[in-house]
Amino acid sequence: MVSYILRRVLQSIIVLLVVGLVAFSMFRFVGDPIEQLLGQERTQQDVERLREALGLNDPFIVQYADFLARALQGDFGISYRQSRPVAEILLERLPATLELAFISGFLAVTLGIALGVFTAIRRKGVAANVIMSTSLIGVSLPTFLIGILLIYVFGVQLRWLPTFGRGEVVDLGWWTTGLLTESGLKSLILPAITLGLYQMTLIMRLVRAEMLEVLRQDYIRFARARGLSAKAVNFRHALKNTMVPVITVTGLQLGSIIAFAIITETVFQWPGVGLLFINAVQFVDIPVMAAYLMLISVMFVAINLIVDLLYVWVDPRLRVDGRTA
Amino acid sequence: MTSPLTITDLTVEFPTRRKLFTAVDDATLTVEPGEIHGLVGESGAGKSTIGAAIMGLLDKPGRIAAGTIKLGEREISGLDPAAMRALRGKQLSMIFQDPLTSLNPLFTVGEQLVETIEAHLKLSGGAARKRAIELLDRVGIPNPDTRVDQYPHQFSGGMRQRVVIALALCSEPDIIIADEPTTALDVSIQAQILDLIRELARERQVGVILITHDMGVIAETTDRVTVMYDGRIVESGPTAQVLGHPQHEYTRSLIAAVPRPGLKLDRFPQISYGGRETTFKIEDLARDWPAQPRTEGPLLEVRGITKRFLDKGSLIPSRRTYFTAVDEVSFDIRAGEVFGLVGESGSGKSTIARMIAGLYPLDGGEVIFDGTPISEDPEAFRRQVQMIFQDPYSSLNPRHRVDRIVAEPALHLGVIPKENVKARVAELLDRVGLGAEAGLKYPHEFSGGQRQRISIARALATQPRFLICDEPTSALDVSIQAQILNILKDLQEHLGLTMLFISHDLPVVRQMCDRVGVLKGGQLVEVQETGRLFEAPDHPYTKELIRLMPKTDLLSTEGLTG
Repeated sequence: MVSYILRRVLQSIIVLLVVGLVAFSMFRFVGDPIEQLLGQERTQQDVERLREALGLNDPFIVQYADFLARALQGDFGISYRQSRPVAEILLERLPATLELAFISGFLAVTLGIALGVFTAIRRKGVAANVIMSTSLIGVSLPTFLIGILLIYVFGVQLRWLPTFGRGEVVDLGWWTTGLLTESGLKSLILPAITLGLYQMTLIMRLVRAEMLEVLRQDYIRFARARGLSAKAVNFRHALKNTMVPVITVTGLQLGSIIAFAIITETVFQWPGVGLLFINAVQFVDIPVMAAYLMLISVMFVAINLIVDLLYVWVDPRLRVDGRTA
Repeated sequence: MTSPLTITDLTVEFPTRRKLFTAVDDATLTVEPGEIHGLVGESGAGKSTIGAAIMGLLDKPGRIAAGTIKLGEREISGLDPAAMRALRGKQLSMIFQDPLTSLNPLFTVGEQLVETIEAHLKLSGGAARKRAIELLDRVGIPNPDTRVDQYPHQFSGGMRQRVVIALALCSEPDIIIADEPTTALDVSIQAQILDLIRELARERQVGVILITHDMGVIAETTDRVTVMYDGRIVESGPTAQVLGHPQHEYTRSLIAAVPRPGLKLDRFPQISYGGRETTFKIEDLARDWPAQPRTEGPLLEVRGITKRFLDKGSLIPSRRTYFTAVDEVSFDIRAGEVFGLVGESGSGKSTIARMIAGLYPLDGGEVIFDGTPISEDPEAFRRQVQMIFQDPYSSLNPRHRVDRIVAEPALHLGVIPKENVKARVAELLDRVGLGAEAGLKYPHEFSGGQRQRISIARALATQPRFLICDEPTSALDVSIQAQILNILKDLQEHLGLTMLFISHDLPVVRQMCDRVGVLKGGQLVEVQETGRLFEAPDHPYTKELIRLMPKTDLLSTEGLTG
């Protein structure tokens, strides 16, 4: 068990090193920083001096190690555009993105599983068929279009909900939250639906398909033959078996909720890291881009690690010590 | 006192879009308390449907169209779902065929037992757990108080079936329906499970309906037997009478098709009832079959082959542990003979077949074919050997047409010119009794027996000298088994093929093989002429296997000639 976790952690570290390499390469290949730091008026001596001072004459591997060492200490350099430490800017923006991602992820998982189970058990019912047909919209419409449609209907036509920004936020010192004010909560609704809709329909369809498969298994028939109640059969025996594949996909989807937040944040002008990244791309603010890349990869790797551990928790067959006696 | 189960004039129908399919037609039978009632027939005869109808678990859109099912004086057919569920588990229990799939893998056996006990008896928590442990102890599971907290995958197949039986006993039912309870088990485990069922039936006065296609199991275990064919009951009565003096023509031919361990026949009598005779024209195939080059000595020599599988991986080689599946096994197969390999599951039979076929690399020893080690010229060997697998459902690619499936090995190995392949395929399909037009269809359009013929046609396409048959009939009904075994015998006789025949079914081995090797835990414990093996086995393990074989002495020998 311990060796399993250690192996997974080791693999995660390798992934992060590779991503770090990609992020670092951006500095070298996407434009020359010297060009951007020094203006048109410069001498060859200036260039050489700055190169030496910034360590750009060191071998590649030394520079990479240096970059990693500083990244580990939370030092991602200074934003070209805002002239402030990148870490500071990111930390400022992160709460907005995480709140949005967690709320929409939570909606996607709970509603997705509930509707998936419902449509599987009432396979032939009218309600289930209506849900299945509508879910096609969620799967097939692109995120930005859903966002724009929601803004048009609920913001412009009905004027029920705000269409951009986070509303009022409460500053807790190290975290700013929009969950404690009415306008903050109202502002969250449309972006959370936009971001979570696709994931929700995907999870729902997956749960339904898995559930139908599991309901055909012998152990379900045997559970029925033992006279267990429909509730026990469906929600205890079937649902737990459905979860194993669902966990994998859901885990990956939650990662992409954070990554896809870029589009939603742009549509709703949500002041999160996604919007920060889009702006950074427009102004070739490489330190911000590199830091964002690292941040997202850390999240993906962490989620994957959690998924692997959840597997073992759900499925006893994966516990290494559990050999056939 | 438990109540008898009475089924009167039961008809079960499955309405489909095109027509009404009658799965059970006018069936009447009674199961007394403490009685084991056998329900026998081939697949599709409607035996499992009767079981499902009693349990109220008919798959949709099936329905009871006529007749009644009574438990004691109470009519239970047509109860509403809630009342039916209260009855299930409480008075009616069921045991399924495959112990590997009938337990939920994600819950401990204790959780599953306690849940069932709590649903039926008014016991809670600690008392239910205590009863769960008692039940595990009763069905013969050692150390029940520690094993109760283990998961199903930590139990062997036989032990899992015991757990399934414990689950069925949770609520002290009146009737247990056992649907092929031992089909998935080894013969030694089968004998134990059948003993247990018999004991429990007597001790608790439970009526048992034992659904099976295995005449040996029927003969050994049941008090009464009902024979079904095509949804109808053709014959019913005390077991000894029905098996010893069958009245109906179908029963007679079914019994004749059962392989006997004590009697070597030239060919199996085919089940002729219902016009299912199929023709197979091996003699025609022999005309253009290449003459077998006569070789001195054995055709295949297996010299000390060993196979190890990684059991527990580690980065450090010295800390890896291995499981030895095949341990220095040596034997010879003479040209033109059928060599049998028998043993229980996990004994290494299939591993040996795969090693010889080159599907697994050897970890030691060598295989010599026709005087040349295979490792020296694997291509030449590959052209001369073909395999027939156990499961005709998974061994044919469902997305390929049958003509492509049959042609594939011949094209791949390039043994016949491309322009002749089409004619060869058509001829082969015709010879195995399917007709050349079968090539245009897909595998799912064929029954299990027909698919196994397709496998045989595919194996013959390269005109091999050596055939490896890995449990070729284990998935088939007894009548289909008889056909396939006859085909294989014809191949050996008319084409001079040499065969390695792997089976766990000793009576079948008796009929098919010239010599037999007995495997136990990856080691070859005995190699013997077939007749001698069955009449005077040397090794204690062989004796044990033969003792545990279901006895067929009760069965009528009418129409059989040795």
